Amino acid sequence: MLFQRAGRGRLLGSVALLAMLAACGTDPVNGPTASDSPDGEAVTLTVYSGRDEELVQEAFDRFTAETGIQVDVRYAGTAELASTLLEEGDASPADLYWAQDAGALGAVARAGLLATLPDDILGLVADGNRDVDGRWVGITGRARTIAYNTDALAADEVPASVLDLTAPEWAGRVGWAPGNGSFQAFVTAMRIELGEAVTRDWLEDMLANGAQEYPSNSTIVEAIGRGEVDLGLVNHYYLFRFLDEDPDFPVAQVFPAGDVGGMLNVAGVGVLASSQQQAAAQQLVEFLLSEEIQGYFSGVREELEYPLRLGVPASPDLPPLDELDPPAIDLGDLDDLAGTLQLLADVGALE
Amino acid sequence: MNQAVPSVLETGPADLQPARGGGRGTPRRRAPVGVWLPATIVSVLVSVPLVYLVVRVGDGGAAVLGEVLRDRRTWDQLTRTVLLGTTVTAASILLAVPAAWLTTRTDLPGRRTLGVLLALPLVIPSYVGAFALLGAVAPGGLLESALEAVGLDVRLPRPQGFWGAFLSLTLFTYPYVLLTARGALKGMGTAPEEAARTLGHGPWSVFWHVTVPRLRPAIGAGGLLVMLYVASDFGAVSLMRYSTFTRAIYIQYQNAFDRTPAAVLSLLLVVLTGLVVAGEWWFSRDRGGQFRSSTGRPAVVRLGRWRWLAAGVCWAVVAVALVMPVVVSGWWLVRGISSGQDLGFGWSAALHSVEAGALGAVAAVVAALPVALWAVRGRSRLGLLADRVAHVGFALPGIVVALSLVFFGVRVAEPIYQTLFLLVGAYVVLFLPQALGALRSSLQQISPDVVSAARTLGATRWQAFRRVVFPLTRQGAVAGGALVFLTVVKELPATLLLAPIGFDTLATRVWQATNGAFYAKAAVPALGLILLGSLPLAVLVSRDRD
Repeated sequence: MLFQRAGRGRLLGSVALLAMLAACGTDPVNGPTASDSPDGEAVTLTVYSGRDEELVQEAFDRFTAETGIQVDVRYAGTAELASTLLEEGDASPADLYWAQDAGALGAVARAGLLATLPDDILGLVADGNRDVDGRWVGITGRARTIAYNTDALAADEVPASVLDLTAPEWAGRVGWAPGNGSFQAFVTAMRIELGEAVTRDWLEDMLANGAQEYPSNSTIVEAIGRGEVDLGLVNHYYLFRFLDEDPDFPVAQVFPAGDVGGMLNVAGVGVLASSQQQAAAQQLVEFLLSEEIQGYFSGVREELEYPLRLGVPASPDLPPLDELDPPAIDLGDLDDLAGTLQLLADVGALE
Repeated sequence: MNQAVPSVLETGPADLQPARGGGRGTPRRRAPVGVWLPATIVSVLVSVPLVYLVVRVGDGGAAVLGEVLRDRRTWDQLTRTVLLGTTVTAASILLAVPAAWLTTRTDLPGRRTLGVLLALPLVIPSYVGAFALLGAVAPGGLLESALEAVGLDVRLPRPQGFWGAFLSLTLFTYPYVLLTARGALKGMGTAPEEAARTLGHGPWSVFWHVTVPRLRPAIGAGGLLVMLYVASDFGAVSLMRYSTFTRAIYIQYQNAFDRTPAAVLSLLLVVLTGLVVAGEWWFSRDRGGQFRSSTGRPAVVRLGRWRWLAAGVCWAVVAVALVMPVVVSGWWLVRGISSGQDLGFGWSAALHSVEAGALGAVAAVVAALPVALWAVRGRSRLGLLADRVAHVGFALPGIVVALSLVFFGVRVAEPIYQTLFLLVGAYVVLFLPQALGALRSSLQQISPDVVSAARTLGATRWQAFRRVVFPLTRQGAVAGGALVFLTVVKELPATLLLAPIGFDTLATRVWQATNGAFYAKAAVPALGLILLGSLPLAVLVSRDRD
């Protein structure tokens, strides 16, 4: 009886709540408060963020504190948000899209949904770290690394190149994530750098050598920690988070200098062409590339990505960008994901 | 007793047009507009994903369709999906039906507690459950460390592929069958069982030859939910490296940014779903004799020396499916706390989960009622079709349903796009079958004679519904609502894309944290989610006592 009575009360409450929400639900996006007023008081920007709230919310908070511009953020997966933007088209409530990889930005840009950014913003980063046509700009970089179990291996035993991982001694000991976006960006880079044939051979040899499949970078690092595999191909920043939770976590990583396996991928932003608040949105992009925020990104222990603004140094915990010597790849070329996906499927890495 | 009412009817006023008799003899009749109109509206809403997929495939998809159909991988994925769906369903039935019987009809030690605990694994999202399973039994996991601590140095095999997916999905979905079977066992009188016993059948013979056949609709309803859940699952199959249709669809969305191949695969999944729901209809169709007979208090079956073995098996299932994930989450938590992390718990997320779950549950039950009435009471073919169509959303990957509502939202429902209204609509599209199944089985157990009797005594159709049918379906409504509540609380893709901005839930918190590899931070909302889902379920299971 109690349960039923509570249910009835909740129903009434819910109806009231729905009515209230109906009254104010549409306001933040399209209401009169969203106008791009010159005094910058009542402006609200809507951001679709594929970056984790944990890592980037602080930057938005500082932006609001400094400019008075409110920032509403929808946090979800980079790819899911790209698909959402493609479905929404010109009707999107978003002003800004922040993606974890260049491929997703490329897909949204190709659909004609991103506005061209002004040169003074684009000029803040190096040539390779922005869209050739100026529709998106990189904010931070993430390097590909080889993570390893420190109980099983010493640093100098870890191969210097991903190409060496096909040797018999690594049979069944390597974890990778063929379904993951960063891994696929790396395979695309390999196709550009070393050619289709070499890439196909490498993938086939890796499979023949018993590479272990995981759904993501973090699950690879977790599995290395348990000793399920001894090595893994991952992005550089996940390890730091495990070490924060458990300083004795038995995993370390090497940055394969000058190797395609050490490529740098970029997280970047684009302003939606349909946004009615171009000026405010550009202001936010500029803020994300300001020395203050770039310094913040390279200083947060849990973040530790490479700041892409020229002249801002990376954290001392990371090898400097010029030491990494990543292959010079035009990130614009990284959007041939369909080709990479087809290749991964053909060799049987993706069933 | 069923025999008595028709004879009363025959002497009743001739101008009444009630559904007469039970079982197959009931004539079809037109449902009142108050039933078919809302049921039709609901059917249109739940067809949104279907329309979306057809539009996407029509958008230059013909060529892709040919390509996909010629691709050997498509057929491999199809085979795997069917194999996993049927085996998980079969295993769930084999596990859940005896468990339901043991906890309702026997002198199993601690059967009340076990009845609740055995239902609870349903609250564990498969992505959390599969991850916990790996954390516990995979190489280097908790179990291995524990064995090492007592001096046993063994290397356990990693659960993966078919068996890994089979194990994790069975452990966290069998309660669907347990709940429906328990409900039916509680509702059924035992007169037929007693008759069989007086004819010389032993307890096992009675169970197999009398009880199980009478449970067919309940087994069918629960089994259908298991099979469709398996079809739509992404979390467990991706962790276990088993490539089903849904995994292939996600990979297309996540990596190719080309929505056409994903839509083609989704449509194939819809076709498969059509076959499954038709099969379930055939399996559970009315063979007569399924109405609730109110006579016969269930006699407690004495298990004798089997009772401790049976209890041991039940506790073993509880240990693996419930205790293990909780322990693994707890372990992540302890590790995080001991390294001094700030694990600040977001109460707003918990409140949002309650709000979303409650609104989703109420909306789904309200939407399911006319459809169930149309299908069962009206015995109409169209009603049956509406009932079957409602299952499409549950079988599709969440991302497909979410994107279809994005598509629908920006085009025709712009004012409610990214508000709670559309989000709750998405929950209805996704989870309607759970409310529908519960309502349908409670409606099926109401003998039409009872309604006829009310009409004979002068009640109008509405009065008969309000005072006879509705009270008898209340239990089904509460059960369906509770199920929808706990699945909404677990739901991820639609919540992420369609919720009002800033509307974080426990599930989105878990996702955020595991996505960024902050496992200790994931543990708090994961445990909160398990606790929150457990409350309505525990209340539901414990209150259906004799």
